Amino acid sequence: MFDSLSTKLTGVFSSLRSRGKINSSDIENTCADIRSALLESDVALSVVDSFIDLIREKALAALPNLQSGSNQAQAIFEIINVELIEILGGAARRIRFAKNPPTVIMLAGLQGAGKTTLAGKLAKFYLDQGDTPLLVASDLQRPNAVTQLQVVGESVGVPVFAPEPGNGVGDPVKVAEQALVFAKSKLYNMIIVDTAGRLGVDQELMQQAIDIRNAVKPDEILFVVDAMIGQDSVRTAQAFQEGVGFDGVVLTKLDGDARGGAALSIAKLTGLPIMFSSNGEKLTDFDIFYPERMASRILGMGDVATLAEQAKKALDTESSAKMEEKFARGDDFTLEDFLEQLEAMSKMGSMSKLLGMLPGAGAMKKQIENFDESEIVRTKSIVQSMTPLERQDPKVLNGSRRARIALGAGRKVQDVNSLVDKFSAAQKMMRQMRNSGGMPPAMAQSMGMPAGMGAGPISSRKSQAPAKKKSKSGNPAKRAAEERG
Amino acid sequence: MGIFSKFVAKLKGQSTADPLDWKVLEEELLAADLGPKLTAEILKSAQGLKGDDALTSLTQILNSHLSGKSRALSDANTVGVVLVVGVNGTGKTTSAAKLANLLKSSGFSVMLAAGDTFRAAAVDQLQTWGARIGVSVISGKNGAEPAAVAFDAAVAAKESKCNFLIIDTAGRLHNKSDLMAELGKVRRVVEKTLPISEVLLVIDATTGQNGIAQAKIFAEAVDVTGLIVTKLDGSARGGVALAIESALDIPIKFIGNGEGERDFAPFEPGQYLSGLIND
Ligand SMILES: Nc1nc2c(ncn2[C@@H]2O[C@H](COP(=O)(O)OP(=O)(O)OP(=O)(O)O)[C@@H](O)[C@H]2O)c(=O)[nH]1
Ligand SMILES: [Mg+2]
Repeated sequence: MFDSLSTKLTGVFSSLRSRGKINSSDIENTCADIRSALLESDVALSVVDSFIDLIREKALAALPNLQSGSNQAQAIFEIINVELIEILGGAARRIRFAKNPPTVIMLAGLQGAGKTTLAGKLAKFYLDQGDTPLLVASDLQRPNAVTQLQVVGESVGVPVFAPEPGNGVGDPVKVAEQALVFAKSKLYNMIIVDTAGRLGVDQELMQQAIDIRNAVKPDEILFVVDAMIGQDSVRTAQAFQEGVGFDGVVLTKLDGDARGGAALSIAKLTGLPIMFSSNGEKLTDFDIFYPERMASRILGMGDVATLAEQAKKALDTESSAKMEEKFARGDDFTLEDFLEQLEAMSKMGSMSKLLGMLPGAGAMKKQIENFDESEIVRTKSIVQSMTPLERQDPKVLNGSRRARIALGAGRKVQDVNSLVDKFSAAQKMMRQMRNSGGMPPAMAQSMGMPAGMGAGPISSRKSQAPAKKKSKSGNPAKRAAEERG
Repeated sequence: MGIFSKFVAKLKGQSTADPLDWKVLEEELLAADLGPKLTAEILKSAQGLKGDDALTSLTQILNSHLSGKSRALSDANTVGVVLVVGVNGTGKTTSAAKLANLLKSSGFSVMLAAGDTFRAAAVDQLQTWGARIGVSVISGKNGAEPAAVAFDAAVAAKESKCNFLIIDTAGRLHNKSDLMAELGKVRRVVEKTLPISEVLLVIDATTGQNGIAQAKIFAEAVDVTGLIVTKLDGSARGGVALAIESALDIPIKFIGNGEGERDFAPFEPGQYLSGLIND
């Protein structure tokens, strides 16, 4: 998983450094590595090949300077990064508002791409900015898509125009048309039209999308695409571009660990901007698109900004506050707390993924790989199979209780034993720590977490402290931005 | 169009494949989402191909990367319990309903369980399907504990002595370990009443290389026994499923090729491979 391009390039360049000079065959080798990394990231083959040609050309042109320069690796990496950002962010822009409201936004994309959820997120995003959006239920195809949009609308506090029940009943074109009239009369300044998922090859449904488009003349048609999509991104994006047409792209499910190479393919082949990213199941998990983050992600390079955000989310939990309070009161650390800690940690998403976001994670490769993610899952299942009494006071855990727990968790008794041992060690250390007033780093590791990652909620105050630091900026706008970010 | 059509066209009537042909084969394999690793492996085995029996040899090479495990639903002594899992939006609910319909039309008695209590209107979606295909759906309230719904369904299925219970679950990204643990819990709780005979992972044919990570982590969490590859009616070829078979030895058991209840079939490797090569 961590044989990312950065790791490879670091290897290539450290061997080069000892020779001092880069020649054109070195560049060829590097290009081969870049090629397989991009393919591994699902960038479309044609895009990969033209990208490699571009990099080769630029790198060769830079060669004279590279030979005299001290840091060739950095220079070539910069070339790659700059070109990626250029393609991803070249045409970045915001939504165009209509001169005469309502602004009409129409969503289109494959089945299961995440359109309905996105409709809710967009509605919330603009509602929070003072707009008055109306959601329009024009997916009358998928069973209960209308109900889903209604639930979503209710939870973000945005009304839903849904005159037809769906499940195959009603005409989506008419619904969109009527919505526009309704929105004008009720002075909504924006309508967001959710449509059924459709395949690029389905001409009948593509025609339906065209009919909806012609009926409401959207200011923006957004093509919604799953970040996990592979090489088909090319065919599908082209089919939608030639069919209904679109003005911008939204990437969804970016909270997963897909590298999202499709972003590069689509941006390159359509020349259209990626405008938003959708990154979670909550209706606030939504953001404008950052080309730099995407570039790092495609390169498997680490994304510090996202890491910081995710860590903050996970650590800002109620349970961490509770835990600190409890700790301060002098209550003992129980298995219950242990479980809560683990849960907070799992909320941070895949541990190895998070670690992989750190720049230079390549150097820690072995350590990261040795960290066994499923350990958390296993431990949790054991603790979850205990009764409240057992969690409070593991001393009651005799042989038959342990056997029952093992059975319930689908584990061996040895696994239960080893967890109890680990926990007792952790508890002991907690007690010592309270007496000495600090958290020994060894504790985190004794709980099966790699150094620097283990402290969990207990150290949340510490790890959040830098984020709360006073701004150094004298510029109020900049300071506000810092506080937000 | 078959992924090898261009390659095979070039190869026909030639005794050896020249270097250009390998490039074409590589392109076709990659474009089908087999991924750089499996593609390199296949290319390596294919280097010895001779024009005359190119088709047979290619089929054999591909075949050697498929899982040898059975593709039939495994037999259960009592009720066959099928857990349907996968990342968001791949087609779990639809596939659960289609599978129920397939089993029902083969004469089995089937029940569905609405184990997705999280996503808006997911329960209603399965209920609509149940009504459409005439299969009863066990459900709890939205926001109920999914393990509790699954448990109730297992008890009801055992009591009614039906042949199959198919449990739909909420979509979850494999890198969220709390949600993966929740799935493990569903499994354990059901197994208090009935053993789970199949865990089917639903993979969207448009998925790229991330599909391998999905399969790997779902398999670790709930011991996946087979794949359902959906949306094969689109332009995607679903090659990542072959990469999964090859890397993890998890067989594709069913395919979905449309939004209707009958757009679903057991996976036929021979047909699939010859489709790849001959179309
Ligand atoms: N064209 C086509 N569409 C499909 C197929 N299978 C499912 N779909 C569609 O894909 C969309 C998502 O399907 P669902 O069954 O709701 O997917 P899910 O995995 O249950 O989704 P979540 O529960 O939200 O994670 C729906 O619009 C389905 O009609 C298929 O084989 N072909
Ligand atoms: Mg579902």
